[in-house]
Amino acid sequence: MKIAFSCTGTDDTARTDPRFGRCEAFAVADTETQKIAYMQNAAQSAAGGAGIAAAQQLIDAGVKGVLTGNLGPNAFRVLSEAGIKAYCIGEMSVPEALAAFMKGGLAPIGEAGNAHAGMRGGPNA
Amino acid sequence: MNVCILSGKGGTGKTTVAVNLSVLLGADYFDCDVEEPNGFLFLKPENVVSEESKVDYPVFDKQKCLLCGNCAGACEFHALANTRQSILLFPELCHGCHACELVCKPGAISYAQRTTGRIEKGEAHGNRCARGVLNVGESMAVPVIRKLLGGLPENGNCLLDCAPGTSCNVTAALKFADAAVIVTEPTAFGLHDMLLAAELLETRGIPFGVVVNKSDGKDEIIESACTARCIPLFGRIPFSRMAAEAYSRGKLLANLPEYRAPFESIAQSIREAFAWN
Amino acid sequence: MELTIISGKGGTGKTTVAVALSDLIQNAVKADCDVDAPNLYLYYKGEDVEREPFSASKQAVVDETLCVDCGACESVCRFGAIAGHKIDPFACEGCGACALVCPQCAITLDDQNDAQIVLTQTQKGMLSRAEMAVGSEGSGKLVTLLRKNARRVRKAEEWIVADGSPGVGCPVIASITGADLVLIVTEPTLSGLEDFKRVAELCGHFNVQAAVCVNKFDINPEITETIQTYCAERGIPVAGKIPFDEAVPRSINELKPITAYKNSAAHEAVLELWGRLQEIARTVTGDT
Repeated sequence: MKIAFSCTGTDDTARTDPRFGRCEAFAVADTETQKIAYMQNAAQSAAGGAGIAAAQQLIDAGVKGVLTGNLGPNAFRVLSEAGIKAYCIGEMSVPEALAAFMKGGLAPIGEAGNAHAGMRGGPNA
Repeated sequence: MNVCILSGKGGTGKTTVAVNLSVLLGADYFDCDVEEPNGFLFLKPENVVSEESKVDYPVFDKQKCLLCGNCAGACEFHALANTRQSILLFPELCHGCHACELVCKPGAISYAQRTTGRIEKGEAHGNRCARGVLNVGESMAVPVIRKLLGGLPENGNCLLDCAPGTSCNVTAALKFADAAVIVTEPTAFGLHDMLLAAELLETRGIPFGVVVNKSDGKDEIIESACTARCIPLFGRIPFSRMAAEAYSRGKLLANLPEYRAPFESIAQSIREAFAWN
Repeated sequence: MELTIISGKGGTGKTTVAVALSDLIQNAVKADCDVDAPNLYLYYKGEDVEREPFSASKQAVVDETLCVDCGACESVCRFGAIAGHKIDPFACEGCGACALVCPQCAITLDDQNDAQIVLTQTQKGMLSRAEMAVGSEGSGKLVTLLRKNARRVRKAEEWIVADGSPGVGCPVIASITGADLVLIVTEPTLSGLEDFKRVAELCGHFNVQAAVCVNKFDINPEITETIQTYCAERGIPVAGKIPFDEAVPRSINELKPITAYKNSAAHEAVLELWGRLQEIARTVTGDT
C-alpha cells in the first residue's frame, strides 16, 4: 500500500516535516516495493484551507496512511472521513521514517491537534 | 452622495467624525466596521430592527452525487474535499460563490444559508442609522458589509463609517463611495497610514479630503504632507483630555460648546467640496 | 514564548505596548502583524535580509481580444464584480466562477502581487513584516507566514512579540491561533469596552490564554472598573493598567519606546505590566 510522509524536500536529502498542511513536499512510499517517490505539496501556497488541500492531494494519490508531526482539525477531519490512518513521526530522514513505519509501533494520531496557525475550523468545527 | 470615512490607522477618530457629522449634515449613518461597530453607542438610535445576514453554502444530494470531485477541484478556497466516501464542506472557508454548482454534471448541488452576522437599522437625530455586526468567530466580514450597503438609499446623503486598515473590509465599502474623508492624527503613525489610505483612494479615483483629529493646533506633519500633495484639509478637531473623557462616555463631541465650531467648519467644508444633495 | 498583542478597537496602544515590551525583553523577535497599517517597523532601523513576493489572492482578468460580450460572466458573479465584462478589483473575490462559464475561455485567474514579505535585521533583534500593495487583501495567510518567519529566526529561549491588528476577523484570528499568550490592550471607553468583549470572546473561542492591559485607565475609572470586573468573572488576568500620560504621544513622535522616558508614569506602569506578564507566562509554560 502507499503511505505518505510530510517532508522538507523532493529528493533523498529530505527529512520529515512536523507540519502537514504547509510542509514542503510529500514522500510517497510503497510498503511492498519500498520505493519512494516525491511530490511537491501543492497546498503550500494555498491562501486558506492548506490542510484540506494537502489531504485532498494525498487522497487523489491513492495514499492509505499518513505520517506527520501534527494534524490540524481540518486535515484530520478529511483524512478520517477518507479512511486514511495517520501516525505520529519524529524528525528523521525519509528512509529512516519508512523503516520506522515498517517496524511498527508508531503512535496513531487519534485526534486533531490545535492549529499551529491559520484559521482553524471556526464556529462549526 | 455617499461619503466614506476611513483612516488607515485604527483609533484616529473615524467614528467620532462620522457620528458628529451625521448629526450636523443631516446624513444617514452606516457603520461598516462590522467587526467592531461603535457608532450606535454615540447615536443611540431608536426603533432598532434587526435582520440576519446570511451566506450560501452548498448541500449535496447523495443520490445524485457521483463523487467525481469536480466541485472540490473547482473550489478556489479549498472549502470542499472529496474523501471518496462523501463530499466534505468546510463552511467557514466557503465564499458562497456557487462555482461548485457550475461544474457539477449530475446537478447534485443546491444551496442552504447560514447566519454570519446581523444588520440593525434605526433612527437617531432625524436620520436613519444602520450597522452590520459580524458574529464573533466568523472570519469573513465582507458579506455582512455587502448586505448592509445593499440598503443604501438611491439619492440620499450617507456617511459610511469604515473599518480601520486598507484591505477588503474597507474596499468593500469604497465600492459605494462617491467621495471620502480620511481622518488622521498628527503623529508619524497617523501620517504613514493616511498616505496608505490616500493612495488607495487615488487609485480608485475617489475625491477626498483630510480631517485632523486630536489636533495640536499646527499639525505640521499632516499639514505639510497635504500641501505637498494638494490634498484639501477639511478641518481640525482639537485634542483635549475633556474630549477624551466625553468620548469615553459615549457623548457626541459636537454638543460640547468648544467643539461645535470645529465640527460645523468641517461640515461646511464637506458641503462645499462634494456635491451634497 | 510567543506573545501576540491585540485590541479589538483600533488606537488603544498595541504598538506602543509592543515596542515597550520588546525593549524590556531585549532582542525579542518582532512580528508586525498589523499588515494593513504597519507601524511597529517605524521604530526600528535595520537592514532587510530577506525579501520575498507574496500572493494570497487571485483576480479574474478578461482577455478583451477573446471576449464577445455575451454577459455569461456577469450573470454568474455573486459579488457584483463584473459589469459589461469589466472586472472591479474591489469586489472580485477570485472564485473563478466567471472563468468556468466563459464560452470563449477569455477569463483567467491571476495571482495578485499582494505583498512583499520581509525579514529585517534591526539593532534590537529580527523583525518580521510585510509591505502590502495598495488595496490588497490583508489576509490571514500573510499573517500566518509572518509568524512562521518569526519562529524560524527565533533562537532557543527568545520571545516573539507580535503586534496584531484591530478587529476580530481573519488577520486577528491568524495572529492568535497557536500563540502562547495573547495580551489585549484596551481603553476605558464605551467603544473600547464593547470591542474588548468581542475580542476576549474570540480568544475564548480559539482557546488561547489571554491577559489584559487597560491603557489610559484614568480617563474613565468607572469603565476601568467594569473591565476589571468582566475579567475577574472570566478568570482573565488584568496584567497592567497604564495611566494617560503625555509622555506617550511624545514617545510616538520621537519614535522611541516609552521605556526611554524613565521618569514617566507610563514607564512605571509598563514595568509592572512586564513583571505580571512574566508571571503569567510561567504558568502557561508550566502547563505545557
